Amino acid sequence: MATSDTKTTRQKVEAGLPRRRRKEFTFKLLGMFATAIGIVFLGLFFASLIAEGTSAFKQTFLKLDIELSEDVLAPGGELDLAYADFDGLVRTALRAEIPEASGRQDRRELYRIVSVGAAYQLRDLIAQNPDLMGTIQSLWVPASSNVDMLIKGNIDANIEEALRPLSDKQIGWVRQLQDKGRLESRFNRALFTNGDSREPELAGIKGAVMGSVYMLLVTMVLSFPIGVAAAIYLEEFAPRNRWSDLIEVNINNLAAVPSIVFGLLGLAVFINWAALPRSAPLVGGLVLTLLTLPVIIIASRAAIKAVPPSIREAALGLGASQTQVVFHHVLPLALPGMLTGAIIGMSRALGESAPLLMIGMVAFIVDVPGSLTDPATALPVQIFLWADSPERAFAERTSAAIIVLLGFLLVMNLTAVILRKRMERRW
Amino acid sequence: MSAGALAQSGRDYVYIVGSSTVYPFATVVAERFGRSSEFKTPKVESTGSGGGLKLFCDGVGVDYPDVANSSRAIKQSEVDSCAANGVTDIIEVKIGYDGIVFANAIKAETMTLSRADIFLALAKEVPGEAEGELIENPYQTWADVNPDLPAIKIEVLGPPPTSGTRDAFVELAMEGGCKKTPWIAALKSSDKNKYKAICHTIREDGHFVEAGENDNLIVQKLQANPDAFGIFGFSFLDQNMEKVKGSLVDGVEPTFDAIADGEYPVSRPLYFYAKKAHVDVIPGLRGFLREFTSERAWGEEGYLSDRGLIPMPDAERKAVATAVRDLTPLSMAAE
Repeated sequence: MATSDTKTTRQKVEAGLPRRRRKEFTFKLLGMFATAIGIVFLGLFFASLIAEGTSAFKQTFLKLDIELSEDVLAPGGELDLAYADFDGLVRTALRAEIPEASGRQDRRELYRIVSVGAAYQLRDLIAQNPDLMGTIQSLWVPASSNVDMLIKGNIDANIEEALRPLSDKQIGWVRQLQDKGRLESRFNRALFTNGDSREPELAGIKGAVMGSVYMLLVTMVLSFPIGVAAAIYLEEFAPRNRWSDLIEVNINNLAAVPSIVFGLLGLAVFINWAALPRSAPLVGGLVLTLLTLPVIIIASRAAIKAVPPSIREAALGLGASQTQVVFHHVLPLALPGMLTGAIIGMSRALGESAPLLMIGMVAFIVDVPGSLTDPATALPVQIFLWADSPERAFAERTSAAIIVLLGFLLVMNLTAVILRKRMERRW
Repeated sequence: MSAGALAQSGRDYVYIVGSSTVYPFATVVAERFGRSSEFKTPKVESTGSGGGLKLFCDGVGVDYPDVANSSRAIKQSEVDSCAANGVTDIIEVKIGYDGIVFANAIKAETMTLSRADIFLALAKEVPGEAEGELIENPYQTWADVNPDLPAIKIEVLGPPPTSGTRDAFVELAMEGGCKKTPWIAALKSSDKNKYKAICHTIREDGHFVEAGENDNLIVQKLQANPDAFGIFGFSFLDQNMEKVKGSLVDGVEPTFDAIADGEYPVSRPLYFYAKKAHVDVIPGLRGFLREFTSERAWGEEGYLSDRGLIPMPDAERKAVATAVRDLTPLSMAAE
């Protein structure tokens, strides 16, 4: 046999090696490229959010010496908080600060430097402490959002006067106040302690956060027990036949249904049929329960399947009943996986806004909700509403609200990862 | 449901639905009212004019809205469906005007357009050479439409068909220009459906881009592309004066004064509707109506004009305010 023209297996393999190595190298490169694209976009997303949003955590305040004159607040000797002229007090203090603003037009322009929130702040002060009447208080009150934008450099003072929201005079006064140390950039507490507002400097996310918290409470309380019970029944007790197959296909289908469909269902069932109130976190929570149930059932079933059959068989062999096997052995071992599934379902629910549109939660609500039936919005809805507002200062607040929402999501997903790492057992 | 039962089942805040164009104004009034009165702040849902009036007309009682905002007048069909559900005595309140602007980036050239130019640039089908002939819109650049205009590609960003702004733009600007062709104007009385189909259909070949309901997004895109134009409400132009500018339509610049005087052709009245049956039953509704129609809100120098609402003339404001105080219902009867 001539060995020179027939190759041995080894030779064949060696001949193919460079090609195989090249293929492996290209695939690795493609994979790295794909990951890099993902990271670059994520980086861009975070960078633009942070660049745009961090300035919203600061807000410009104006120091005014306000005389809480009894003559103005209680003209008849009787103080009526709803009708007392707190605006007048703020305006008097502002005029004292900038005496050269005279004439109606000038004064109107001057008053726009300070936020309408200043008067509300005074009212709250007097409501808490009526003894302050008649004294002079030095207070830091919020400046209007246009002044805030000027200080933050979002309004260009060098362009033509007609093109910017602040006039030359107003900018002059702001510079004057700055030189006197009367303007200061401080932490924007209102962003975390107030409900929504149409005045950007007063707008906060507390109402939306509370709405989201109430909804997630309802969702958690309902979807976790129901989802786990359904998963246990389907995995451990249900007979395997055409019906259980049909149910399985349907659950998998439901997990992929667009979320707006659940909103329509919620509108028809909970609001129109069960006559629950519109815009309430209770209804929002019920809709989000429908949305997260399939996710939790699928995750819980996977967790139960991962428990080795030997454990079940050993327990059965020692005389345990089916229920005892499930509750004494399978459930404790599957619980970490179920919890992880539940948290991931919850974080998906937290980011939803489309189904809430249908049940009236896309609304302007100033008061922070105090119960499950008070009208409320949710964080993603608040972001949507602010993004669509014409006032420029809402742009940075939109980004700030997104940062807060991402923070919540990060904490939830991190909890899921830690739970899995800590409690998961491998067989 | 009787008034007593209404009060007992309890809703202690005013419930408002409707137009996203009126939403920025209604919310400001709601907030000021809530903060300066002993009542709770009204809840304002942004549902669009049609959706809001549908909810409004569903019935009388705490479950149904007290007020519906609308960027157009209520239709006969809506009055009928209201009446069928027991909603009679609707109070119509006209609150002012909103201009629709045709804007481009501040660094681009200011355009002077006629409504006929706008129609020819954006319609799906335009009149051909012979009378009665319609051809697929052949115009690629503004210069094709009108030789006086610059030779840049027609690229317009506008709201989707669900938007009230789109309805108003189509009706006021497109139809206004469409009517300039005599044989199409004649169709209005002979074949109304065809007239509407010609005048109200916007081209779908990529020269008109639906940019969603988010007007801030349109402003950003105009800044990035100086050849593009955008269609949005005057309040967004007002807040973004250093980024975008309005084109002159029929020789008139979209300014506060020109819209208030009625000189600027593409402007529309804004309304809200309230249920008389709910006044004095829902706490705060009467106060809210009064706040909205007060001079400090909708007057020449009121806080709504700061937000871009164009006030009505003095006499008209006075007449509407009086009608609201007396709770005079809409005269349009159900058929």
